[in-house]
Amino acid sequence: MFVNITYVDASGLSTTVELSPGWSLMQGATANGVDGILGECGGSCACATCHCYVDADRIADLPAPSEAELQMLDNVACERRPNSRLACQLKASAALEGLVVHLPESQE
Amino acid sequence: MHETILIVGAGQAGLQAAESLRMLGYTGAITLLGDEPYGPYHRPPLSKAWLAGEMEAAQLAIRSPEVLARKGIALQTQSRVASIHPTDKKVHLADGSSLPYGGLLLATGATPRSLPLPGTQAPEVLPLRSMDNAQALASALVRCEQEGLPVVVVGGGFIGLEVAATARKKGLAVVVLEAAPRLLGRVLSPLLADWVSALHQGNGVEQILNARIASFQTDAQGHLSGVAMLDGTVYAAGLVVLGVGVSANDQLAKEAGLACENGILVDACGRTSDPFIVAAGDCTVRRLADGSLLRLESVQNANEQAKSAAAALLGQEKPFVATPWFWSDQYDRKLQMAGISTGADQWVVRGQLTDASFSVFNYRGNQLLGVDSVNASREHLLARKLLDAGVLPTPEQAADTAFDLSKLLQP
Repeated sequence: MFVNITYVDASGLSTTVELSPGWSLMQGATANGVDGILGECGGSCACATCHCYVDADRIADLPAPSEAELQMLDNVACERRPNSRLACQLKASAALEGLVVHLPESQE
Repeated sequence: MHETILIVGAGQAGLQAAESLRMLGYTGAITLLGDEPYGPYHRPPLSKAWLAGEMEAAQLAIRSPEVLARKGIALQTQSRVASIHPTDKKVHLADGSSLPYGGLLLATGATPRSLPLPGTQAPEVLPLRSMDNAQALASALVRCEQEGLPVVVVGGGFIGLEVAATARKKGLAVVVLEAAPRLLGRVLSPLLADWVSALHQGNGVEQILNARIASFQTDAQGHLSGVAMLDGTVYAAGLVVLGVGVSANDQLAKEAGLACENGILVDACGRTSDPFIVAAGDCTVRRLADGSLLRLESVQNANEQAKSAAAALLGQEKPFVATPWFWSDQYDRKLQMAGISTGADQWVVRGQLTDASFSVFNYRGNQLLGVDSVNASREHLLARKLLDAGVLPTPEQAADTAFDLSKLLQP
């Protein structure tokens, strides 16, 4: 039922969180005190402070980013990579089970 | 400082302040007092995704209680502060107890204005600020759906229009009553305000401008039935959403002798007129370098002032000087505003108002004050960088979509 998501911050610290389906990866991080994700706007795709790097071999499991997300990703604080996503736009589902996301050094 | 730091207000600013204190290395006790039954939660979705039923209440929580405990932040919900006593550095609670403090941070927020008209006490005349407000509003929306009653929004500002959009998504009839000659007249340029008005018109929202309300009508059971106007018109209503602005919660501070001017007066570092008290968020009004006053109600302001105020309590200068930004989601459009555009007298559209995305650059003379973007996050974020850096495009550059504005930032 729960979806396990692992967050690895810039220092290498790893935290695995059980997320209810439908919860965003931003909500999972902030509610559980994973400090590498800020999510200041509460998940409205308005602040670009929940930037994460998705495991490259899992990208195909994720829905493609919307135009709004792509535009926000253009302006994240740390380097944007091909596997960059906003955690607020990724919703936990069975397809994401075991996903590992790496967090940038800074969000602002 | 190793005495307790008390934070009054467990909203966005209060939580940010508590966490900033820890990040800055403060190891003393932190008590976070909130008067609601909930820990810190995201308010922005209350008028949008939450109200639309797209997320559950648990998803609004910013931190779990366990995380707060782990960070050594003692959250006390349902704790109302009755008075502040700066001379003995104590706070009295409504339950009769008192708490001493080494440093006090006020993040008391704001209260929606009410409309003291006949019938305003009907249970379906509701503001939207808190989780409890949102739950009452959601119930009233269900009533409207079940009984086929329209929603009347009083006040054509962001909150009211967001609820209007959400209610339309649910298929409800919506009437917006605005006292001014234009929706969003105080916050948006006339051309963007007219664009928003057209957006709502296109989505079937009836808009009455220069509206003068006489009373809220109730049925025999005391439930809302309609809104009567001074001109005699009556709009049937199962719910009235009051979106007529907020007042800063500065009463406690005022009674304690702190300088207030429609908000607790702070400098860029969040310092009040008392050396042991700082303040952050919607409850404040900021004195700018040029002496003018700025009152903001936004997530960014809450967070950034909280970071500054936390630093100030620890004797560090960390002024909040970044460009203010805001956003509003209505239907499938995201409005993002950068800068304070009050006083603008010239407006330049980058793109076309009929495009899927565009930005309006607001100028006073040739001086750029702010930029409002529609579905154009890239331009919004660039505008923030330009305004932060003080590198301001000319009206000609802003109007020329072939001109790459990001070039201005390159050395």
